[in-house]
This record gives sequence, C-alpha cells and structure tokens, in this order.
Amino acid sequence: MFYRENGQFKTTYRKDQQIFAIAQDRWVILALIAFAFVGVPFLVDEYMYRAILIPFLILSLAALGVNILVGYCGQISLGSGAFMAVGAYMAYNTYIRIDGMPLILALLSGGFFATLVGIFFGVPSLRVKGLYLAVATLAAQFFCDWAFLRVGWFTNNNASGSVSVSNLNVMGIGINTPLEKYLFCLVFLVVFGLLAKNLVRSAIGREWMAIRDMDVAAAVIGIRPVYAKLSAFAVSSFIVGVAGGLWGFVHLGSWEPAAFSIDRSFQLLFMVIIGGMGSIMGSFFGAAFIVILPIFLNQFLPALGAVFGVEISTATVSHAEYMIFGALIVWFLIVEPHGLAKLWSVAKQKLRLWPFPH
Amino acid sequence: MKLRQLALATTVAAAGLASALVSTVATAQTKEQFFPVLVYRTGAYAPNGVPFANGYVDYLKLVNARGGINGVKVSYEECETGYATDRGVECYERLKGKNGGATVFQPLSTGITFALTEKAPIDKIPLITAGYGRSESADGGVFKWNFPLAGTYWVAGDVIMQDIAKKLGGADKLKGKHIALVYHDSPFGKEAIPILQEHAAMSGFKLSLLPVTHPGVEQKSTWLQIRQSRPDYVVNWGWGVMNSTLLKEAQATGYPREKIYGVWWAGAEPDVKDVGMGAKGYNAITMQHGTEKGSAIVKEVLEKLHAKGQGTGPKDEVGEVLYMRGLFSAMFAIEGVRQAQEKYGKGKVVTASQARWGYENLNLTQPKLDALGFKGVLRPVSTSCADHMGANWARIHTWNGSKWEFSSDWYQADEQIIKPMVKTAADKYAAEKKITRRTPADCQS
Repeated sequence: MFYRENGQFKTTYRKDQQIFAIAQDRWVILALIAFAFVGVPFLVDEYMYRAILIPFLILSLAALGVNILVGYCGQISLGSGAFMAVGAYMAYNTYIRIDGMPLILALLSGGFFATLVGIFFGVPSLRVKGLYLAVATLAAQFFCDWAFLRVGWFTNNNASGSVSVSNLNVMGIGINTPLEKYLFCLVFLVVFGLLAKNLVRSAIGREWMAIRDMDVAAAVIGIRPVYAKLSAFAVSSFIVGVAGGLWGFVHLGSWEPAAFSIDRSFQLLFMVIIGGMGSIMGSFFGAAFIVILPIFLNQFLPALGAVFGVEISTATVSHAEYMIFGALIVWFLIVEPHGLAKLWSVAKQKLRLWPFPH
Repeated sequence: MKLRQLALATTVAAAGLASALVSTVATAQTKEQFFPVLVYRTGAYAPNGVPFANGYVDYLKLVNARGGINGVKVSYEECETGYATDRGVECYERLKGKNGGATVFQPLSTGITFALTEKAPIDKIPLITAGYGRSESADGGVFKWNFPLAGTYWVAGDVIMQDIAKKLGGADKLKGKHIALVYHDSPFGKEAIPILQEHAAMSGFKLSLLPVTHPGVEQKSTWLQIRQSRPDYVVNWGWGVMNSTLLKEAQATGYPREKIYGVWWAGAEPDVKDVGMGAKGYNAITMQHGTEKGSAIVKEVLEKLHAKGQGTGPKDEVGEVLYMRGLFSAMFAIEGVRQAQEKYGKGKVVTASQARWGYENLNLTQPKLDALGFKGVLRPVSTSCADHMGANWARIHTWNGSKWEFSSDWYQADEQIIKPMVKTAADKYAAEKKITRRTPADCQS
C-alpha cells in the first residue's frame, strides 16, 4: 500500500542511476542513518554500546570488505582474520612509533598495509580458483599469526605479546566514552558503506562480477583478470584492515593475535554466506546474525528458564547456545541459500503487493 | 514457499524478542553486595575452569551461610567466557552495572586481564588476578585498580628456579646447565619469559623457549627438540589439555618427570589424573595452597553446603587444587569488602571504588586466616599502596601417582630480582599510557 513506485518518474540519468531508485527506500535508509546518529544515543545504555552495537558496526565493516572479495569477485578467502590483524598491528605501530600521529591516519595506514599484504596473498588467485584458493589464503592466516606472535617489532617488544592503546582522540575530541566510540565507528561504516556501494555499481564492480560469474568469458570480452582480481583483493583487504584497526583500538583496547585467529576468518566468511553473497545489505544482516544471536541466546535462555522456574547452569546455556546457533545456520542455509539479504528482498517484493496480493 | 514464509516470520519474531529483551534492563536490587563471576565451564580449558568456578561460587554461598559480610548478603552471577577475550569483555560489560554494580572482577585469563586493565580505571572497578594476570601490576603506583594478590607469574618463575638450584645444590651449580621453557603461546605463557631470562643471565644457564600453540594438543615437534637437546630441566607453562599432553609426551620420549616443573595452572588434579602413574614425580609450584582436603575450610564447605545439597559441582572434588584456588580467590574478594566496611561503614554495601581501598589495605594476619578456616593453607597477606601483591610465598608439590604431596618447604620469591623488573615494566607501561605515578596523597584516599 505504502511501498509503491507508481508515479515516480525519472526524468534525468542522474535520477535513474541513484543508489535507491525508489523514493520510499531512500527515505527509510536516510531515516535509519539519521536515527543511528541521533536517535540511538538517547535510547541505549552502555552495555548495548559496548557489547552489541560497537562490535556489530566494526564486524559489519569487515564483512563488507570480505563481501567485496567473496561475494562480488568470487574469490573465496580464509585470510580475512589475517588482514584484520595486519590492519590492527600496523595501525598500532604507526600510532605509537610516529609522534603525534592522528588516529584516523593511523587506522587508514593500517588499512594501507593490509592492502599490500592482501595483494601479495592475492597473487595465487591468478592461478588457483575456488576451494584451492581458500586453502592458499589460509597461508596468509598462518603467516600473520606467526609474525605477530614471534616478531617482537610488531608488538613493540612487549614481553607478553599483547599490545594496548588508550586515550584516543581525533582533533582534540576524545574517543573514550561508549557514545563517542559508537559514533566514531558509525562514521567509518557509513563512509565506507557508501564508497563500497558506489564501487560495486561502477565499471570496476561490474568487472568483479563478470570475473565471478565466468572468468574465461570475462577475459574474452576484454576484462583483465589480473587487474580485476588484485583490485578486489586490494579494496577488500583495505576495508578489512581498517575494521581490524577499529576492532583493536576502539573495541578491545588491548589485544593479542588470538583476537584475529582463524576463527575470526571463518566468522567473517559465515557472515557473508549467511547474510548474502554479493549484497552490501547482506553484510549487515550477516554481522547482526553472528554477533548478536549468540549473545542474545546466552541471555535469553536463562531468562526463559526462569519463566518456567528452571535454573539452567552456565555450562548448559553455553552448550545450548552453540547447538541452537548451529542449527539455525543450517536451517537458514536450507531455507534460503541466498542469505538473509534475499529474504529481505522477498519481503520487499511482497510489500509491494500488500495488502492485495492477487 | 511455506518454509520461506516461516523463515520470514521467525526473523521478524526474533527481532521482536531481541528488542523486548533489550528493554528489560537490570532490576535494581540493593542491600546485596554483587560479585560477578567470570567462568569457563565449556571449551578447551573447561576441565580446569570448572573446579575453579565451583570453588569460587561455593565460597560465596558459604559467606551467605555464615551470615554475610557483617550482615551484608552476597549475590553473584556467572558469565561464561570460554577463555575468549571478546566474550570476556562482553561479560564484563554485561555484569558491571548489574544489581547495584559489580564489586570486583576476576578475569581468570591473562588475555581478558589485559583487556580489562584498560577498562577498569575508567569504570572504577578493581580487578583481582590472584596469582596470574600481568606481573608488573604488582606495582600499585601505576596499576591503581589491579591486584595480583598473593603472587604473580614472576614469583612463580623465581621460586621454580630456586627449587631447581636447591636440588642441584646451590645457585652456582646452574652455570652451564640447560633449561627448556615449554609455554602456552599466549600472553599467559609469555609472562614466564622475562623472569627466566633474568635468571639465565644471572646464573649463566642456557634457556630455550619452546612455544606450543593453543590449545596445546600438538607437541610432537616440541618434544622432538627436547629429545635432541636433552635439557637438564623442563619448565611447563601450560594450561588445560596442554598439561596432560605434555606429560604423555614426556613419558613417550622417556624424559624424567622429576625434572619437569609446572606453573600452578599446570599443577592440579585434572592435569595429571589421566596420566596417573606416568606423571609420577612431576613437580608443580603452588601459590601457597595445594590439595587441602583436610583443612577446616573444606570441612566447613562440606558440612554447610554439600551436606545440605547446596554445594556446587561434585563433592569429591571439594578441596582439590583448582577448587581451592577458587575458594581462595573468592576469599580475597570478600575480605577486601570486609576491610572496606571498616572504613566506610560496617554492615553497608560498599561501592567498587570503596572496595578498591579495601583490597589496597588488606591485612590478613595469620589469626584472621585461621579463623576463616585457612589454617595451614595460607600465610599472611597484606597489601599497600605500593605493593598490590601482598605476599610472595610459594611451595612445590609433587604428584606421587595418585595425589599431590608437598615436596618442599615454603619459599619466598627474591624481591631483589623481581622488584626492579616490576618497576621497569610498570614504568614502561606508564610511559606508553602517559600515566603519572600515584602521589602519596592519592594513596591516602
């Protein structure tokens, strides 16, 4: 009833090419962003910020990066955790080694080094494909784990191998309270989200998708696989690297290589698969599913038990959390193999006809 | 299509439920002193995490059975971290504001300790890391909110070296010897490196560092190196399944178990039980207590809780090493509050920053400890503004094939070695974080 595009005529090419062609979409998204900036700070408490919103924002950003590589360019990568680690550790090194280094520049330099590492480990993608590539990118994961554990320079020769940062500020404005951290991450996410969305709509984005759909055909019509594949690795690892920097600097404050272990790589890949490959929106859904659901289950189950007067032990809750989470993943993949983003678009289609579907 | 509709409906329902849950903020419960309990009852380290958690919770229950802290009842809530830093941080955020505010956190993982060390001063909540955590946090001048009570890893490392020297017949005999440190490759395992390097430089023995990656079941290459180089002693800085694997590998390699020393996380029943006689002779340090099944406190727990069916976990594990560790850690949490009540009002709930004062001014004399049921288990602990550790006593115990037995007298860590190390490391931390040392006036507050 409300979600109809009837009567919205596009009279210029500009209008035809905008991100959200339908006015309702545009308004809803703008309202959502405005709400995230202005509304959320009035509604949520510190726990929501620190435990849910900030990790969600940062991991959405990382999932966005992975989605460019896996979803748009079709190069399966298990090295995302490593690229996050490079982003975090190199941002740390530029931050502490160069006096007066601005925070944002440090984070971007983390992204820059992640790009270099990403391109380097992306080179095998020119020869190997699919699962073989996934195995090849595992090398990045193991190499980075090793480097950050063993090479003292990266951790500023800390005895324990754990590094930490504090008293962050951007041009004199502190990034210390949960609200400031939230807004800081949100700005990053909005800027990178917009950039990524525009990239995938541009010529280079279409090149990536052509490579994903059939690389031989793409090469035949004049797309250079080297350029397309490596640029996807570069863009993806830059975004993932910045997300890694944010994860270390803003979310954890103090971290060790275990924070970016192989588990993190899998987690990011699952976010993309569950959220929806080749969809910017899907990255957000996937991140929400993976970040929020376990925490939700962990708190919901004891509450549910209390309703029925049963006290569930911590261990049982934890086991049940894994079981339900796993079952839900399988179930979602069977019911909707194209991810949560597909569910979203189905919902939108239905909404167009609602309330008179026939 | 039906399944898809179902999927849509559940997604919407889940979103609705989630928002409903979010809106139920913690209900305010005053008049009770709230202790958050970070535990790991699942995951690779669960065999060791469970007895600790049981001991911790049992002590809190016992305090209530004894009538509270000067009448103030204790409440607690568990949160499962699975030994993962990010889940630990989530637990911290979840519990810190609940039930009138958390009194103190005990992270029970070096990684989580590092993360919370950055957060605690901002939230003004003290951290107790009894026998673990970061060793330099014993310096209260820099680490205002950290309390590595009754020992750190550096104390443990120092005492292990003292015992090895004693067995060899003097510190000068260490010269030219070869000691291998097999460590869990994490901030926890790496804590041992500085102290052993310091000793190696002092006594002139060769130290080789052999890391084992999480969770520690893969040690073949490590033991190949040990078989080749045949070190005189092996120091095991392991945790969880790594310990029993190490002992089995030692057995397979034919390395004498008498020459292996474990840190206190590697010296409990779950580590050696599966190996049984194969671990006979294996030594481990204890930060004061070992298996204390005969102690007054254990009898009291059995009588007041387990006999009434209110105990946590299996009855026969009460009094084992890690269970005692849990009891002992909870005891510090409680006694700090009791001390704080002396200053801020007896029989009142104290805030986290008031409790911090209590932990900084702990004065657990022997009569007090005996009255609490820790006779023969613990030695006095007294902290101050400069010294957040409070005691540096330790003993060595040895597995005889069926139980742990003390095999050494009390040792005291060598302050001449540790003090300068702590100060240097703390100053480095302070410089990195641009913290100034606390003034004497700050110490009074």
